[in-house]
Amino acid sequence: MRFRGRKICKGKVVGEALVTSHDISFYGGCDPETGVIVEKGHELEGKSVAGKVLVFPTGKGSTVGSYVLYALKKAGRAPLAIVNRETDPVVAVGSIISEIPTVDSVPVEKIRTGQNVEVDADNGVVSILE
Amino acid sequence: MVIEMVLELTREEQEMLDGKQGRATQKAMEIITALGEIYGAERLIPVSSVQIAGVSYHNLGEAGLEYLAEMAQDGRVRVLTTLNPAGMDLEEWKKHGISEEFARNQQRVIDAFAAMGVITTCTCTPYLIGNLPHYGEHIAWAESSAVCFANSVIGARTNREGGPSALAAALTGRTAEYGLHLDKNRLAQVTYEVEAELNGTDDFGLLGQVIGARTRKKIPYIRGILHATTEELKAFCASVATYGGVALFHMEGITPNRTPVPDDVGTVAQDDMDRAREELDDEGAEIDFISIGCPHASIKEIARIAELLDGKQVAEGKTVWITTARPTKDLAIKMGYYETIERAGAFLVSDACCAVAPLKGRFHGLMTDSAKACFYARGKNAFKTIIRDVEECLREATS
Repeated sequence: MRFRGRKICKGKVVGEALVTSHDISFYGGCDPETGVIVEKGHELEGKSVAGKVLVFPTGKGSTVGSYVLYALKKAGRAPLAIVNRETDPVVAVGSIISEIPTVDSVPVEKIRTGQNVEVDADNGVVSILE
Repeated sequence: MVIEMVLELTREEQEMLDGKQGRATQKAMEIITALGEIYGAERLIPVSSVQIAGVSYHNLGEAGLEYLAEMAQDGRVRVLTTLNPAGMDLEEWKKHGISEEFARNQQRVIDAFAAMGVITTCTCTPYLIGNLPHYGEHIAWAESSAVCFANSVIGARTNREGGPSALAAALTGRTAEYGLHLDKNRLAQVTYEVEAELNGTDDFGLLGQVIGARTRKKIPYIRGILHATTEELKAFCASVATYGGVALFHMEGITPNRTPVPDDVGTVAQDDMDRAREELDDEGAEIDFISIGCPHASIKEIARIAELLDGKQVAEGKTVWITTARPTKDLAIKMGYYETIERAGAFLVSDACCAVAPLKGRFHGLMTDSAKACFYARGKNAFKTIIRDVEECLREATS
């Protein structure tokens, strides 16, 4: 399956998908040192976003969240790529400053956790390789 | 490589995006164009002034600082750019109980901004000390209270920027044309009829709390305010932005923007104001910290505070912070206000504020004239709060 979306931040990678139907607030919701989601009651609570193609609807919360993505990158715990239904400005800015390939306008509910996914942000294309 | 762009860029903007004007400029342009794409902007527009938030090391952390240092390698601001408050007074931090380690890290943040040509004002009221845009001017400001003041009281145009996007605007001299830069998004959506009597910065903060909580992000048209000082308006801006996310309001007879008056009318009665005050007055608050200057105090406010503190003494076990911008502090020194305030045992603190300084665990209860300060004192520092007018705050401090 192949989805044509929109490039938010450039790059091309292949990796394992981690999918949630919950929005993510990186500031306060994700530990900047480990990449573990810490927001109480979040679908991904206790799971690490590190090295994953992180698939979620959109971001929420404080603009400081952009710096959390940057901290994750510096700690080697950032997601490999981000795929959104609609990227919010906090995540968009975070992806760009951290150089995390990011694509939005993708039907995120069609991707499953564990699937092997190619994110070709340069062309705005997300493909499920299985 | 295919890049789909709705945005049309000038040749110079395209060069920035292609990296021909350095790495920091390229990254900054990537941020500006991505935001433009997300919000469907058709073009970029020049900005003449930038205010950057995300300055306190307490909020920024090591990663934020690293980002700034990276941008500072070859980034240089293209327009007048000023800074939000830091986590400490950059000169007198020691006597305010700030640790050496924090001070060192805070100074690294300031140095990184200075290296980019940012004027390191460290104030949330740039419009009081030389970053004053005029009506209709396009700017890119962070700091929600200043954004609200610039849009509403001055009539300049800015969206609510975050730290990195404001810096990006400074490094490129551009922002994407969307949101509050466009006429059609600046019209009032709800009318509020104020029937309460307002007096002083605490009352205007409470009004901001009432209207902010009710209107959320809808642009309010406020009627019934006969008179407001600049200080009262800055208190209102801070509060309405904190409690509602309001970036623009209209106040009949006071603010300069034109708008049709919305038919949807709500009332703000004395009752609503009293309830707002009750909400901010915590039961059993033991006041050991008194803070005035959120947003930063003007020279007029400081003159009055000096008058009220003259010959008095701050009570034992209580700490008083009057926070302001450094140029205002310098003026206060020249006028003898600083001497009067400090002789009374209060601190005239510049560059910092009680919302972004590392104060957690140092105090139990805050009395302030600022509704915004109450919000952050509770949320970030777990202080109990009481809101009173300036006179009452200083009476509490000295008794």
